[in-house]
Amino acid sequence: MTTTIPDNLQALESEAVHIFREVAGEFDRPVILFSGGKDSTVLVHLALKAFWPAPIPFPLLHVDTGHNFPEVIDFRDNLVAEHGLRLVVARVEDWIADGRLAERPDGTRNPLQTVPLLDTITEHRFDAVFGGGRRDEERARAKERIFSLRNAFGQWEPRRQRPELWNLYNGRHRPGEHVRVFPLSNWTELDVWHYIARENIALPDIYYAHEREVFRRDGMWLTSGPWGGPREDEPVERRVVRYRTVGDGSCTGAVESTATEVAEVIAEVAASRLTERGATRADDRLSEAAMEDRKREGYF
Amino acid sequence: MESTSSTSQTPGEPETPGGTQLLRLATAGSVDDGKSTLVGRLLYDTKSVLADQLDAVHRASVDRGLSTPDLSLLVDGLRSEREQGITIDVAYRYFATPRRSFVLADTPGHVQYTRNTVTGASTAQLAVLLVDARKGVVEQTRRHAAVLALLGVPRLVLAVNKIDLVGYDQSVFARIAKEFTAHATALGYTEADLLTVPVSALVGDNVVERSAHTPWYAGPTLLEHLETVPVEADPHDAPLRFPVQYVIRPRTAAYPDYRGYAGQVAAGSVAPGAEVVVLPAGLRTRVARIDTPDGELAEAVAGRSVTLVLADELDISRGDLIAAADRPPRLADDFDATVCWLADRPLRAGARVLVKHGARTVPAIIGELSSRFDEQNLSSVDGPDQLALNDIGRVRVRTAEPLPIDDYRSSRRTGAFLVIDQADGTTLAAGLVGAPLPVLETGVARPAASADPELPSDERALVSPGP
Ligand SMILES: Nc1nc2c(ncn2[C@@H]2O[C@H](COP(=O)(O)OP(=O)(O)OP(=O)(O)O)[C@@H](O)[C@H]2O)c(=O)[nH]1
Ligand SMILES: [Mg+2]
Repeated sequence: MTTTIPDNLQALESEAVHIFREVAGEFDRPVILFSGGKDSTVLVHLALKAFWPAPIPFPLLHVDTGHNFPEVIDFRDNLVAEHGLRLVVARVEDWIADGRLAERPDGTRNPLQTVPLLDTITEHRFDAVFGGGRRDEERARAKERIFSLRNAFGQWEPRRQRPELWNLYNGRHRPGEHVRVFPLSNWTELDVWHYIARENIALPDIYYAHEREVFRRDGMWLTSGPWGGPREDEPVERRVVRYRTVGDGSCTGAVESTATEVAEVIAEVAASRLTERGATRADDRLSEAAMEDRKREGYF
Repeated sequence: MESTSSTSQTPGEPETPGGTQLLRLATAGSVDDGKSTLVGRLLYDTKSVLADQLDAVHRASVDRGLSTPDLSLLVDGLRSEREQGITIDVAYRYFATPRRSFVLADTPGHVQYTRNTVTGASTAQLAVLLVDARKGVVEQTRRHAAVLALLGVPRLVLAVNKIDLVGYDQSVFARIAKEFTAHATALGYTEADLLTVPVSALVGDNVVERSAHTPWYAGPTLLEHLETVPVEADPHDAPLRFPVQYVIRPRTAAYPDYRGYAGQVAAGSVAPGAEVVVLPAGLRTRVARIDTPDGELAEAVAGRSVTLVLADELDISRGDLIAAADRPPRLADDFDATVCWLADRPLRAGARVLVKHGARTVPAIIGELSSRFDEQNLSSVDGPDQLALNDIGRVRVRTAEPLPIDDYRSSRRTGAFLVIDQADGTTLAAGLVGAPLPVLETGVARPAASADPELPSDERALVSPGP
């Protein structure tokens, strides 16, 4: 698969830093979406570098499904404390509790993140929202601009995207609209890992191989948690696994792996015959256009 | 990929530690000429497609009643694209061979989506322009060739696709190659910038694997060419251009008085001690330090994001430009430019717009439409009353504040600007300072109005035959 070149990392970093600074210069109320996953952790690292030695001039926003891996929440809180960041948390459970959202029959909460996200953007009047999305993740994402305008309903209209010329980004928007900004657009999964290695970026432990009780569902290794556990016909086993992505616990699968350090993860990702989403995300398997549909509604 | 490893390293190609470098390329060409299929074929034959992506394509192809997988589905990622079988917006794909990594922008061919093609081409170092061997060079081929030349995409490949459908006939290929080469040359490309290659994206002829059906073709396969074509690095000796994006003032206990100017080197290079001028104010100072979170740098070259600390305390803010003191850009509030109009609503003289140049956005008036370029017969029409969607034209721009501008041909990054709608924020046009399109000498219609006495002398030079 893709081999990555150290030189390209420099170019990718400079491009991302340029994007962060454009947003800081042109928007009043930016925010970084932060899930504790590898992409959003790299995003925060790049933001720290973009404004150094000053602190990041905007807060983080975590849309918390309540289906978390405890390691990830600890990691989030440590990162916030270490760098003196501001963190806004939108809890999906608050929306469920007061009836603005209803739990889905399949118990997964990934799709339920959209409404709390949009409500929080409105409430805080965020006008630029950084996401860690990468074009290599999925073919609908491959179509998205680096500055992606969202209408007053938070919707992405793929047929009406603005031209994006050279590296002159157009962040103009009308009141109520906002812009999603993707500094990692041109990074591949392997670039992210090479960068994590080069910059020595700490990640939640679940990204590295560990022993865990898991059960098999839809061809993925799932783990039990507050979102539920195995059904009667799903035997629990102990396996050595790691996570390639971190999302809602109910639908994020682990992969069998012995990679306990970055170099081993890089070798494993380079040799993998599955994309990270194909390997680990049940929500993307729903239909041919699952990601596009969620994005149109205002998802990350 | 072993088969290509014997191709010799092109002289002058800078060696990088990994022995590999990055090439940004875009596809272009008329609707249905096979761009997305070609991209799919490149990805497939370089084994850049992972099993689950391939499964999805297989399933979708079966659903559509096809007997072989439709590789264009690897890139046509939107629902409406798959439904209509056309590309609507750019898809960016990343792949690598042992020799190089590639950022590939697959663009739409439909005339309605030319703005998306411009998007994909604006950052490309090479474009693969496709034609259907049965149809040859058509209107949209000429439009895209003009756009690529206008944007200064340095290299072109003409892929004569669907060669399988003309029985691998050499004479068909030769005729199209000749016609296109004449056209591209008239647009300013030299033969060294061009390659014409017969391919079948569907079957895979001459994309990655050399075809047994075209023994008459001696040139490289498309991939061999992409792996070895020289990549123009930004000229190191260009004068420094550094748009200030953001002023870094921590005001923290550790850095109470720190003041740094954050930006990305847009052209040239910078080193501590460099004499610079800050525009538009015209203040002169020296670069004291180049800061990064990883330590100070001895030099930063084009493309690098850094923070400059200057020797003197000056009043500098976002939108200012730090430039080489001995070779500063021109400061102008009234200048000639070429625009590629990308909005449905036409442009008329007197339009009030915003211009975004570097890190500065200023109100502007498009004072006058000097000419419209007819990209079909490479002529120009004087004094058009409007520029419509996809038109390329020469205009006069008046800005509310002076901008530090370079000619687009000498500095792509500081010669480019956006034209933005004041009311709804839409990007209306790609703007290029000066006249990046050469006008044509022989073989093609001469611009009717090239001797217009109204044009300033420097402009007349651009529309008259060269020496
Ligand atoms: N026989 C043959 N058919 C081809 C070849 N390349 C593409 N096609 C077919 O031509 C049709 C159009 O191909 P696409 O790849 O979608 O064309 P495109 O240039 O991307 O079209 P737009 O993006 O909409 O402009 C499809 O039916 C392809 O299967 C080829 O080399 N030979
Ligand atoms: Mg296409």
